[in-house]
Amino acid sequence: MKKMTFGVTPSQTIGPFFHYGMDWEGGANLVGENVVGERIGIEGRVFDGSGTAVTDALIEIWQANASGRYTHPEDSQQTPPDEDEFIGFGRTETDDEGYFRFDTIKPGRVPGPENTLQAPHISVSVFARGVLDRLATRLYFSDETEANAEDAVLSAIEDETVRASLLAKLTESDGKLVYRFNIHLQGEQETLFFEI
Amino acid sequence: MSDAKFPLLHPDYKSTVLRAPKRPLIPLAHTISEITGPVYGHEKVRPLDNDLTRQHKGEPLGERIIVGGRVLDENGRPVRNTMIEVWQANAAGRYYHKKDLHEAPIDPNFTGAGRCMTDDEGRYSFTSIKPGAYPWQNHSNAWRPAHIHFSLFGMAFATRLVTQMYFPGDPLLPMDPIFNCVPDERARSRLISSFDLETTQPEWALGYRFDIVLRGRDETPMET
Repeated sequence: MKKMTFGVTPSQTIGPFFHYGMDWEGGANLVGENVVGERIGIEGRVFDGSGTAVTDALIEIWQANASGRYTHPEDSQQTPPDEDEFIGFGRTETDDEGYFRFDTIKPGRVPGPENTLQAPHISVSVFARGVLDRLATRLYFSDETEANAEDAVLSAIEDETVRASLLAKLTESDGKLVYRFNIHLQGEQETLFFEI
Repeated sequence: MSDAKFPLLHPDYKSTVLRAPKRPLIPLAHTISEITGPVYGHEKVRPLDNDLTRQHKGEPLGERIIVGGRVLDENGRPVRNTMIEVWQANAAGRYYHKKDLHEAPIDPNFTGAGRCMTDDEGRYSFTSIKPGAYPWQNHSNAWRPAHIHFSLFGMAFATRLVTQMYFPGDPLLPMDPIFNCVPDERARSRLISSFDLETTQPEWALGYRFDIVLRGRDETPMET
C-alpha cells in the first residue's frame, strides 16, 4: 500500500504565455548524428471540441531508444554503449495552425506486465490554455500490427474508434518515414487520455 | 482519490469548455514507461538561471523577491536533482510574449523566465521581482491574481506537474476562475506561498516559501 501523508500540489493550466519560459535545447529534435535507430518524423495537429486548431499547446514526448531502453536510472536493461547518446525527451509547441512536429527514432519494445513486451510506443503529454491538468496519452504505430495486437494497454480498449485514436498513421514524405498523429482534446474523434 | 484531482471542465474558466476531454480518463497501471522520465543533470542549468533579476544590463523594476522551498513526494521524501522551470509577468503585469496585448509597459531588464535544480534535500530558490496582476478576457473586469508559473519533472513521466504559485492575502484569489478550478479548499490553499521572514534578506528582498508535493508513481511497476 502506498502511504499518503503529504497533500499533492494541484495542477494549474500552463496558460497562453509559456513559450519563453519553456525553451528547451534540442526541443523537437531528439536525434543527434550518432543515435542508433530508424529515423522517423511525427507530425500532427491539435484540435478542440469545435474542430478548431489549438494554436497554443505544448506537446512533450518521452520514449525508449531503439533497443527498448529508457535513459533513466530505473531502467536496468543493458544497452549497447553507442545508444547512450539518446535521451528520449522532446518538447515543442503547436504553431499558428495547430501543427507540431518531432524528429526522432522509432522506439524498441519495452517490458510490460507478466513477462510480456509492450508494443513500441511514445508517451505524450499535452498542455494548453484551458487544459487544467497535463493530458497524458500514448502514441502507437499503425504498421506494428502484430505487436499492437499483443499490447496489454491497447488490447484493454474495447472501442475500436477510441483505440484508433492512439495509432499514428505511417506516411512517407520526401522519402522519410512520417507518422501522423492528430490530437483531439474533445469531440467525436476525441483522443483517449490516461489517468496515470 | 487525491484531493488534488478535479474535473477538467470548469465552465467559469471559459477556455475549458471546448478543451476539456468529455470521456473519462482511462486508468493506466504504471509500466516502465510511466516510472521513468527525463532526468537531467546540472549541465543544462547555468548558475545564474535562477536569478531573474540579473539577465539584462540593468535591474528590473519592482519589488525584489526570493521564492524558495522544497520539492517532496507524497511520502515526504525530497525529490532531488529535479529541474524546475518558472515564468511570470513583470511588475506591471505584462509578459515578455508577443501575444500579450495588455497595455502595460515592457521592462527591458526583465524577461521573466528561469530554471534551477533541486539540491539533495529537495530545496530550490529563485530570485525575481513580484509579478503584477493583469486583466484577461474571461469575463467582465476579470483580473488574474499575481502568480508565477512552475513546471516540474520529478523522477518519472507520472510525476510531471505544471502549476501556478500565488501570493498570500491576494484579494483577487476568491474570484479567480483558474485558482478556483481546484474545488477542495485545502488542496487549493497549497497553491499559495507563505511570506517567510527566514527567506527574507535584510535590505534586499522579501522571502516567500512555496513547498511542492509531486504526485506519486506506483512503487512497483506492474510486472510478474
